[in-house]
Amino acid sequence: MKPIYNSAKEAVAGVQDGMTLMVGGFGLVGIPEQLILALVDKGVKDLTVISNNCGVDDWGLGLLLKNKQIKKMIGSYVGENKEFERQVISGEIEVELTPQGTLAEKIRAGGAGIPAFFTPAGVGTTVAEGKEVRVYDGKEYVLEEALRADYSFIRAAQADKFGNLIYNMTAQNFNPMMAAAGKITIAEVEEIVETGDLNPAQIHTPSIYVQGLFQAEQEKRIERLTTRS
Amino acid sequence: MNSREKIARRAEKEIENGNYVNLGIGIPTLVANFISPDKTVVLQSENGLLGIGPYPTEQEVNPDLINAGKETVTTIPGSAFFNSAESFAMIRGGHVDVAILGAMEVSEKGDLANWMIPGKMIKGMGGAMDLVHGAKKIIVIMDHCAKDGSAKIKKQCELPLTGKAVVNKIITERAMIEVTENGLELKEVFEGYSVQDIIDATEAELIINNVRENVSI
Repeated sequence: MKPIYNSAKEAVAGVQDGMTLMVGGFGLVGIPEQLILALVDKGVKDLTVISNNCGVDDWGLGLLLKNKQIKKMIGSYVGENKEFERQVISGEIEVELTPQGTLAEKIRAGGAGIPAFFTPAGVGTTVAEGKEVRVYDGKEYVLEEALRADYSFIRAAQADKFGNLIYNMTAQNFNPMMAAAGKITIAEVEEIVETGDLNPAQIHTPSIYVQGLFQAEQEKRIERLTTRS
Repeated sequence: MNSREKIARRAEKEIENGNYVNLGIGIPTLVANFISPDKTVVLQSENGLLGIGPYPTEQEVNPDLINAGKETVTTIPGSAFFNSAESFAMIRGGHVDVAILGAMEVSEKGDLANWMIPGKMIKGMGGAMDLVHGAKKIIVIMDHCAKDGSAKIKKQCELPLTGKAVVNKIITERAMIEVTENGLELKEVFEGYSVQDIIDATEAELIINNVRENVSI
């Protein structure tokens, strides 16, 4: 019922220079690996990318960064990437750092038809500079505006052909809100099953938010392998 | 016991049976190692997990299961996964009992600076600015002084703030200090230090009233 693309290249075909993209994931967990690689191959430029992090030097969004395809990055933590640091210092990239909860809520609001909201996060800090602050019950809150995107590229564990999605463990993170906030949302999934094969009570993202599917093997690189002996 | 372990061990005493707790990256993460076996504590990870378990064995490693420090972890029985908006709703909504964070500076009004140093590369605040506004009790744990010996507990923070008037308690390797409406109240001085030592190592004014001295951890 939703288009199932045969290749990552086909799935990102509609992306043009200057567009705003949301990309799911926390660190390297839950990122749409193959769709990012396809964006690198496509070479689209001047992108505004909204994602919690910006990958590492040789994987995830770090690859788009290395290829100088990102004009502006909106995220909460970009500290794992040397190339990012270099581009910030040289002025090649614009960065908008947003508290993580505010970022999640801006994206949620964008997909939910809420243009702006008040949050306590960032009051009295540089984050609140130039923004309206209002007092409720004696406490200060700062006005933050919603975010939307031309495309959202997300990652899920399972999809049915309607486009209903189920995520695995902490690979859920920003993906569900981004699904709703993208004008067009493409989900890279590990497995596509027949419609009706997923338990409706277990669906994380209802199919209405998803415009296309792409099935791919995931490499799932681990950023910090930590084990106990 | 080194000073990091000492701080972590003292911080653990602030956690009550049944608490939901968020531990920041660095020394705060160590607190998990000292949680008493007679307390049931649920650790929250802001990337979408309630109920962080121990680090996995090599066989247990799952690349889709990490904590907010991006380390591979496990889950405890009774854990739950959720998205990032839900995660911060439970943080800002006041549902988390205790948040334990590291700091670069704390002021006498309870202002916290822990996310950037001007002139150095800005990495981002992650979830810290949200966390300091939601948890019922915000505990800062850190070395009492900076590496060069300068005070970290100041009249006013010089570094850019993470949050204004958000800290409830400061625990260092030398003392425990509460942030009150009247200012910073010195409550405990740990073994090996005197009240005067703490005053000398603290730039902010300290209220000295009913201090427990020579406290061993």
